[in-house]
Amino acid sequence: MNNTLIPFFVIIPLASAFLISFIGKFAKRIIIDALSCVSYLLLFVFSLYAVSLTHGAGGMPLVYTVGGWAPPFGISMVLDGLASFMLVTVNLIALCVIIFSLRYMERYTGKPKFHTLFALMVAGMNGVIVTGDLFNLYVFLEIASLSSYALVAFGTEAEELEASFKYAIMGSVAASFIFIGIAFLYGFTSTLNMADMAHVLSNKPATWVIPFVSVLFFMGFGLKAALVPFHAWLPDAHPSAPASISAMLSGVLIKTLGVYALARIFFNVFGITPQQSSVLMFLGALSMLVAVVLALSQWDLKRLLAYHSISQIGYVVLGIGLATPLGILGGLFHLFNHSVFKSLLFLNSGAIDYVVHTRDLKEMSGLKEKMPVTAQTNLVASLSIAGIPPFNGFWSKLIIIFACIQSGHGGYAIAAVVGSLLTLASFMKVQKFAFLGELKEKNKNIREAPLSMTVAMVVLAVICIGGGFLLLPSFRFFISEAVQVLLNGNEYSSLVLGAVGR
Amino acid sequence: MTLYLLCLLLFCIGLYGVLRKRNLVKMIVGLGIIEYSMNLFFVLLGYRVHGRAPLDARNQDILNMVDPLPQALVLTSIVIGLGVMALIIAIAIRIYEKYGTFDITKIKRLKG
Amino acid sequence: MKKALLDNPRCGMSVIVKTITRLTVGLILLYGIYIVLHGHLSPGGGFAGGVIIALSFVHLMLAFGKDFAITKFSPNLASYLESVGALMFLAIALVGFSGGAFFRNILSKGTPFSLFSAGTIPLSNIAISLKVGVGLFAIFLALVILEKSKEEE
Repeated sequence: MNNTLIPFFVIIPLASAFLISFIGKFAKRIIIDALSCVSYLLLFVFSLYAVSLTHGAGGMPLVYTVGGWAPPFGISMVLDGLASFMLVTVNLIALCVIIFSLRYMERYTGKPKFHTLFALMVAGMNGVIVTGDLFNLYVFLEIASLSSYALVAFGTEAEELEASFKYAIMGSVAASFIFIGIAFLYGFTSTLNMADMAHVLSNKPATWVIPFVSVLFFMGFGLKAALVPFHAWLPDAHPSAPASISAMLSGVLIKTLGVYALARIFFNVFGITPQQSSVLMFLGALSMLVAVVLALSQWDLKRLLAYHSISQIGYVVLGIGLATPLGILGGLFHLFNHSVFKSLLFLNSGAIDYVVHTRDLKEMSGLKEKMPVTAQTNLVASLSIAGIPPFNGFWSKLIIIFACIQSGHGGYAIAAVVGSLLTLASFMKVQKFAFLGELKEKNKNIREAPLSMTVAMVVLAVICIGGGFLLLPSFRFFISEAVQVLLNGNEYSSLVLGAVGR
Repeated sequence: MTLYLLCLLLFCIGLYGVLRKRNLVKMIVGLGIIEYSMNLFFVLLGYRVHGRAPLDARNQDILNMVDPLPQALVLTSIVIGLGVMALIIAIAIRIYEKYGTFDITKIKRLKG
Repeated sequence: MKKALLDNPRCGMSVIVKTITRLTVGLILLYGIYIVLHGHLSPGGGFAGGVIIALSFVHLMLAFGKDFAITKFSPNLASYLESVGALMFLAIALVGFSGGAFFRNILSKGTPFSLFSAGTIPLSNIAISLKVGVGLFAIFLALVILEKSKEEE
């Protein structure tokens, strides 16, 4: 029974969340930290095992029926190449971030509450990834968003509350668009299981319902993914949160709730049409350029990084929107790479904040001398995000640009190159003002960040350097099986329904 | 059909409240109206002509029942709405503590 | 100390409200418990019953003031019980693994329409009602304490 593994991706973080909130008042700090670390380590090991399982199954999805009710009657959980790819991404970042937070979050009161909310957020994201049911996806999406609203406001300072309020209002409106879209789909197909819905939709004549629902989903999931016309909340919410939360939000939350959900629904349920894919490409290219231009003029380090998140999400969406094998490969690979280097950059900013107590680029300079580990890892991450060979960001951007040219979208290829150059420019600014130059007088006595923080940063930096090896033929199955799931399109329904013997 | 259009009207009223009102509390009320309208819409989708409530009881033969699934889903959605609402209200109270006002034109320390 | 809080005319509402509350609050609590226990037979269930249970405590708080409600139900106890409810629900779901699947209803279903039937569903209802009832009360309490702490400043 290989598929018994699947519900544990939700059970472990939920159990850890409620156990921590139960024992949080009286247990020692060390026990809570250990419990939290062990659960994320377990999740990461399980997700690696999930990759080997899906690889062993040879493209067939593993389906778990909750309560023993076969789809379409019960809720099913589906583990295929794309799901295991996303699980590895999410749980890897969660593990690194929690190791970083052990010391970083000491500055805030109520650390057990942080662990609870963080575990709930991971539970929500893992749930979104493994679920095979549309309404279940909405519920997990709301669990993840709700805990992220609370985490953004964690410091309860004026800016954090304001950002969280803005984020919560916009996120709730987006969720209501998604809910109405699901309601329309249910009214049209009388089923909520995604595989069964794809089956029903492929046998129905085309009507106004699918385009209408597509628009609702573009608005809803696009807002969760912070694509450009819907991005206004992100530059406020992500910098305001504590650095480890920003790493999680920018690194994986916008991708799981936005890009993954969009890709899963549009490719596997609707079967993507050229119109939908051109909308995706346009939104991607727009976010890519607009956000990077806005990022250039920022002096707040975390705000600059937040704008870059929007821009890099644009690359991911552009790649996936091309809907060619090469484009999807580039998009998904960039998704993984961006999770790694963007969380690393946010952790760097957290380390600087921890030591120097500032986020303003003008206040810091010459930190390289005193904080060598932070400076080196930041250099690696900056070069990766700017697409300098041989770091991982270079390979994924290269694939996306080739895919654009291959499918005849030369304009988008040029846009991607321009975006990449502007990214390089803005990260040179970060390097110059933060790490090079004269050390400020008041920073003479600073020391490198504590060990647990540097360990997390070094691990992520190593992945940044070695990320390009994932394209080698022997490791390629990790991404190419995820690509295959999206390319299968509507086949998803027969594969999933076939796996439970219907 | 009229009922669905009235749901849409309710949704638009809520959206107007969220987008146009300057008071945080009024925005929250607008969000509540949006949630009610979408719940109402989903429950209405389950209606069958001459259907009765989806309750099973002893010694009754049921010929025509409304669709029970939307009712279960809407209950879930109400629970989620409750959580979101409680969190947003708590944040609004804290904002009032910090800024001393509910007016969003005066609450703009962030540039966004 | 409790007696003093109960009859203190300065906290809470007027004597009329307090008297009526004393009569009704037990009935509301009982009604909530009834709804929870009959969740698998009639409309209602864990969430609805839990809300009614929470409302009985909220009623108490509105009539007698925050301090009296806290003597009945401290915020710490509320947060413990809330976690217990969630863990209980998760445990019931996990017990399903012994029958082969997560959330599987492994207990005997009994005869339909009797109080002890439907396997694990009544147990889940009780767990949910604990979570919702205590959780809702805790939310209300947290908002009130937030408001109070501001006034004292």
